[in-house]
Amino acid sequence: MTTHTPSIPQLAEDLATPPLTLSQLGWLRFRRHKMALVGVVIIIFLFLFAFGGALIYSEQYANYTDTSLRLLPPSAEHPFGTDTIGRDILARTIYGGQISLFIGIVAVIIETLLGILVGALAGYYGGWVDSLLMRITEALLNIPTIFLLLVMAKFFGGQVPEIDIGGRVFSGSVIVIVVIIGATSWMYLARIVRAEFLSLKENEFVLAARATGTSNAQIIFLHILPNTFAPIIVSSTLSVANAILSEAYISFLGLGVQAPTATWGNMLDSSANYLDSAPWLWFFPGMLILLTVLSINFLGDGLRDALDPRSRTV
Amino acid sequence: MFRYILKRLLQGIPLLFIISLVLFLLMMNVGDPIATMGGRTITRPEDRERLKRQLGLDKPIAVQYLYWLVGNDWTKVDVDGDGIADKPGTRKGILRGDFGKSLVTKKPVTELVGERIPNTLLLMVAAEVVTIFFALLLGIYSALRQYSTMDNIMTALLFIAYSMPIFFVSLASMYVFAILFKRWGLPYLPTVGMFDPEVGKTPAQVLSHMVLPVFTLSVPYFAAYSRYIRGTMLEVMSQDYVRTARAKGLPRRQVVYIHALKNAAMPIVTVIGLDLPFLLGGAVVTERIFAWPGMGRLFFDHVSRSDLPVVMGILMLVAAAVVIFQIITDIVYAWLDPRIRYN
Repeated sequence: MTTHTPSIPQLAEDLATPPLTLSQLGWLRFRRHKMALVGVVIIIFLFLFAFGGALIYSEQYANYTDTSLRLLPPSAEHPFGTDTIGRDILARTIYGGQISLFIGIVAVIIETLLGILVGALAGYYGGWVDSLLMRITEALLNIPTIFLLLVMAKFFGGQVPEIDIGGRVFSGSVIVIVVIIGATSWMYLARIVRAEFLSLKENEFVLAARATGTSNAQIIFLHILPNTFAPIIVSSTLSVANAILSEAYISFLGLGVQAPTATWGNMLDSSANYLDSAPWLWFFPGMLILLTVLSINFLGDGLRDALDPRSRTV
Repeated sequence: MFRYILKRLLQGIPLLFIISLVLFLLMMNVGDPIATMGGRTITRPEDRERLKRQLGLDKPIAVQYLYWLVGNDWTKVDVDGDGIADKPGTRKGILRGDFGKSLVTKKPVTELVGERIPNTLLLMVAAEVVTIFFALLLGIYSALRQYSTMDNIMTALLFIAYSMPIFFVSLASMYVFAILFKRWGLPYLPTVGMFDPEVGKTPAQVLSHMVLPVFTLSVPYFAAYSRYIRGTMLEVMSQDYVRTARAKGLPRRQVVYIHALKNAAMPIVTVIGLDLPFLLGGAVVTERIFAWPGMGRLFFDHVSRSDLPVVMGILMLVAAAVVIFQIITDIVYAWLDPRIRYN
């Protein structure tokens, strides 16, 4: 009957766009955020710089010292100049960048796991579990992170031996720094996850899952957790910037990653003493840290607008 | 109001207690104070044992915490380290203001910290005043001219300033204002210390040495606050009562500063009050770079030497400052907004 002329509902269906999925909607909103796109481009360039640059300069070259070449200003041969013991700063920023980016990402993975675990347990079980976990969280939140970082960096520093991965030797302090940054920064995320869990656990789908005899672990990780991904992604993205900064702070203060492994942070260590004679010592690694943090902040801001439009802070 | 203040104060006590417990456990588990005590290495195992007994480190952790908290002058301790507790203890515990003695300098922690606090406070108060003043100026200015060219430029610049690590700000500002200015023959600023030892500790000297550290401490907070103030001002400016005030024909100044700013002040006060003690974190880096003799540098120096009593004392002080500022913020908030007091 309706084969000759399309019926009205049929027509409406043809004209209507298919409903957008959440990720499509998020992408649409994200694309509108120009600064976030700039951030993504810069981040891609930084990764290309740190990992692609390794194809041009070898790590031996980055760690090669020649005191006759010390403190040379930027030139064609050493585009970023040389440091206090004659190492090429460009090559060191490349290998330092690998470590700095690695620390930023792995520390945030640890932080996110800890934050989700604490927040989910506290929010889901409530009662004394919640009280205990939240009091510890509050206690740690009440101390500026840099103090905790310095204490832990001092006490755990030098306890992990050097590691050898595929012929490359890394200072064990990289592992120490990653773990302590992760261990001192999970508190904000734990609070976010807890708040989400508190409201989500009252929903019907949780009741339904309980009624069908689903285990607590499954309810927490399969039913509730996926609903909290938006704020977790936003918070974790911004945390990468903080983790890179934290590494830079402790390495700058001399308690972070130790030589010969370079990071952007420890390249700045002692550069204050050569402020007058060799400004390139701090300028290039410092600029790279600034650029990384800036672009991650842009990206995080865009992600927040795209995924979590309700929450707008600062 | 009095009841409210009392309630908030009483809530702060258990929180501080928990913080002290968490910190104590952390400290006891992360380091061996004997291993690096005072820079000396103790090699003989019997010396280690004796020292452990003398410092009370052989006791269970709960007992150590109790001694640290309330002192040990009510019981007998092992002073000579022969394994027999025979002499009465001398420690009074932090509840009675005894934070113990530094393992490095043997001076009481309270004395060491006490002589540094004024220097740190000087930096912090100056930085806070500078930050709030300029953040208010810029925040209100850009809120009144939303999306103007100037507003857009400031948005971009502030985002950069907000992302700047403190060490980068300090190195860059030292380079520009001390080294380049000197090179160009302009009046330049000193970079390290609190005063020139040849001139002495005069107010003018301290003031000129303060400029760069204060600038460094202010930049990231200035960026964050002026954005925040812009946001809250924009929100308030679109409220009905502001429209009414405008419709009544009140002068623009009065609308902005009385009707809008007063209402926008509340969230601003909260953010500033809660952030204030966290400036101490920035002080660790700033004081180290500028060789400013404050608490942050004291902390750094003594962490490097595993001096647990000093480290623990400073951490507790910082935590107490955070808790106290939370309470003050709540009280100010309740005073500004009477609705809060009544629940």
